Amino acid sequence: MDDQEQAKVGVRRTVIRTVAVLVGMFGFAFALVPLYDVFCQITGLNGKVDATAQSIVHEEVDESRYINVQFITRGSPGLPWQMSVEMRQMSVHPGQMAEVDFTFTNNSHSESWGRAVPSVSPSTATTHLRKISCFCFQEQQLQGNERLTIPLVFQLSRDLPDDINTITLVYTLYPVEHAIQNAALNNTLKSSANSDFENDLKNNLSNELKNNKAAGEAI
Amino acid sequence: MAPKLPPQPSLQHSTTAVADGQSHGHAAPPKGILRWLLTTNHKEIGSLYLIFSLTMFFIGGIFALVVRAELFQPGLQLIEPEFFNQMTTMHGLIMVFAAVMPAFTGLANWMIPLQIGAPDMALPRLNNFSFWLLPVSFTLLLSTLLMPGGGPNFGWTFYAPLSTNFAPPSTTFFILALHIAGISSILGAINIIATILNMRAPGMRLMDMPLFVWTWLITAFLLIAVMPVLAGVITMMLMDINFGTSFFDAAGGGDPVLFQHLFWFFGHPEVYIMILPAFGIVSAIIPTFARKPLFGYASMVYATAAIALLSFLVWAHHMFIVGLPLVAELFFMYSTMLIAVPTGVKVFNWVTTLFRGSISFESPMLFALAFVVLFTIGGFSGLMLAIAPADFQYHDTYFVVAHFHYVLVPGAIFAIMAGVYYWLPKWTGHYPNEKLAQWHFWFSIIGVNLTFFPMHFAGLAGMPRRIPDYALQFADFNLLSSVGAFFFGASQLLFVLGVILCVRGGKKAPAKAWEGAEDLEWTVPSPAPLHTFETPPVFHRTSH
Repeated sequence: MDDQEQAKVGVRRTVIRTVAVLVGMFGFAFALVPLYDVFCQITGLNGKVDATAQSIVHEEVDESRYINVQFITRGSPGLPWQMSVEMRQMSVHPGQMAEVDFTFTNNSHSESWGRAVPSVSPSTATTHLRKISCFCFQEQQLQGNERLTIPLVFQLSRDLPDDINTITLVYTLYPVEHAIQNAALNNTLKSSANSDFENDLKNNLSNELKNNKAAGEAI
Repeated sequence: MAPKLPPQPSLQHSTTAVADGQSHGHAAPPKGILRWLLTTNHKEIGSLYLIFSLTMFFIGGIFALVVRAELFQPGLQLIEPEFFNQMTTMHGLIMVFAAVMPAFTGLANWMIPLQIGAPDMALPRLNNFSFWLLPVSFTLLLSTLLMPGGGPNFGWTFYAPLSTNFAPPSTTFFILALHIAGISSILGAINIIATILNMRAPGMRLMDMPLFVWTWLITAFLLIAVMPVLAGVITMMLMDINFGTSFFDAAGGGDPVLFQHLFWFFGHPEVYIMILPAFGIVSAIIPTFARKPLFGYASMVYATAAIALLSFLVWAHHMFIVGLPLVAELFFMYSTMLIAVPTGVKVFNWVTTLFRGSISFESPMLFALAFVVLFTIGGFSGLMLAIAPADFQYHDTYFVVAHFHYVLVPGAIFAIMAGVYYWLPKWTGHYPNEKLAQWHFWFSIIGVNLTFFPMHFAGLAGMPRRIPDYALQFADFNLLSSVGAFFFGASQLLFVLGVILCVRGGKKAPAKAWEGAEDLEWTVPSPAPLHTFETPPVFHRTSH
């Protein structure tokens, strides 16, 4: 049967092509993750600022405009830190350099790591905000009950769009589950040859972490 | 009415495999449960899909009734808020992935080979596999309700981090279930594309195919394009939950908004996957009962393709309030409104087909006409939601709930029921009991409108969705909705009764069960024998 043969070949061709599209689309979904990041970095659409220090640009301060810059700090469950800012808002001219102090307090008795992740709103202002120095560029380590004050130095570029009068900087603290912690844990457990025991302990620890999270959520 | 096709000489071969095992060269099929487990026959698999879908329709319906019972009056009376969340989530997941999608796949299995003159689907064993994945998937999904911590409770859109950091431990099972269901849809879609592209009767060009086949071909392409994206998203969720990655976790440099972009890149085409085959069914039924050829066949095909293409460019209209820049809000607002143009072409064509037709109002036609009217209402509320500044008010209110239930219940589900009543004579050899079907129709249409119309007002007045309690001023609207929901739910038992009675007996149907029916499926006897078109029919073109 010629027709049947032909149909068979056709079906095989269709299947190969559709499977190729399938695999391509599955890959595309993952490719969208870096693409989205790049897209956002260029356009600043998701309010994420450069995680590296930028240099001051010496430009004439535009004294005709005042921009209201607001600061919001947020903690998160799982990290017993408090973050506060010296003033809730300030007025700056575009082109002017400004500095504001942020204070981190570790309310627990043990050392921990945390990181403040920034977000800028409206997102269109993101690319016009230069951070000369920021605690958000790296992770912070606080000893038990330590208090640390770090300044944020920033500058708004003069080409900030006219329709932006207020910029909000949000910093959210997140716990950093540092490798060092795990290494320390491994060291203390080294004496115990029973790896099952070790795993159990680790599981318990991580469960405890999760429970803490849940507890924090409930509060 | 001149018959479209001459009597088929091939039909005398179309006896069942049981009776005519010799000519097919395979042994008698196994009996009992094994027959259904091992079947590779497109008609049997189609029936399995439809029965599965009907079962899931009732399970999802019971979840909806639990929700409506809780919302009957303000305050918390029947269930805990946590369980309420699981019910709204499961209702959505079951209805979308286990009721509407398998129902269309079932209809495709039954009707596409009959409508294009093919003996079976292109890949019959794959067909069996893709069906049997579904019971596995949804048994797994439903079993999460019994697990410690409960089932999924984050809404059917499972936004991260609600579905990652704050999700119940059963979420990994939810991901696995969705993966399996996704694989099933993908395999089904591959099979449908392969069948339509390679197995049409000699002489049948693409532009000769019935619209149900056309809309399913386009739907299958949509499935191939977006189901892998869904698979990607849930894989990322899986890794975020279990393997310490942070695709969607801001703490590790990820972005929760990325989840929404990826989800709706799948999700918007998905809603068209649930409506395009419905367009195809209605485009078959309206010409039959108006006794006129469909007006604007080619424009219907192009409109369907246009809707499918546009569906990839509108996803962010679900996300107007996440803080999109103005340019994006405008782009997605206008591209969304653009979809109203091809959809309008379709509605225009259906109405023009009716114009000066000699219309009779049998049950399939009633459901199809209700589809046109009520789907259009749902389309218009969709246009209201597309207006970005207005959406800031409507977002996540009952107005959205009213909108998508209008396009899905009297849209997709009415079309499925219309299709079932339309093709039941072909499947069973008996007409469904017309009186019973008419009662079912009138109860359904009253129930649907009573349930979902008041939600528009509650939503515009600000009632948020997915909340088990509400402010006192919404009490009357919610009471109406709840009464309507129970009325609608109960009246669906008439549908089951009608189908069972029709399988067991009733008025005998001839091969061409409806006077105005034109397509190839009406040339095989009723009930359609297990094997049809083993010798391809000769296709005679009628001008569309």
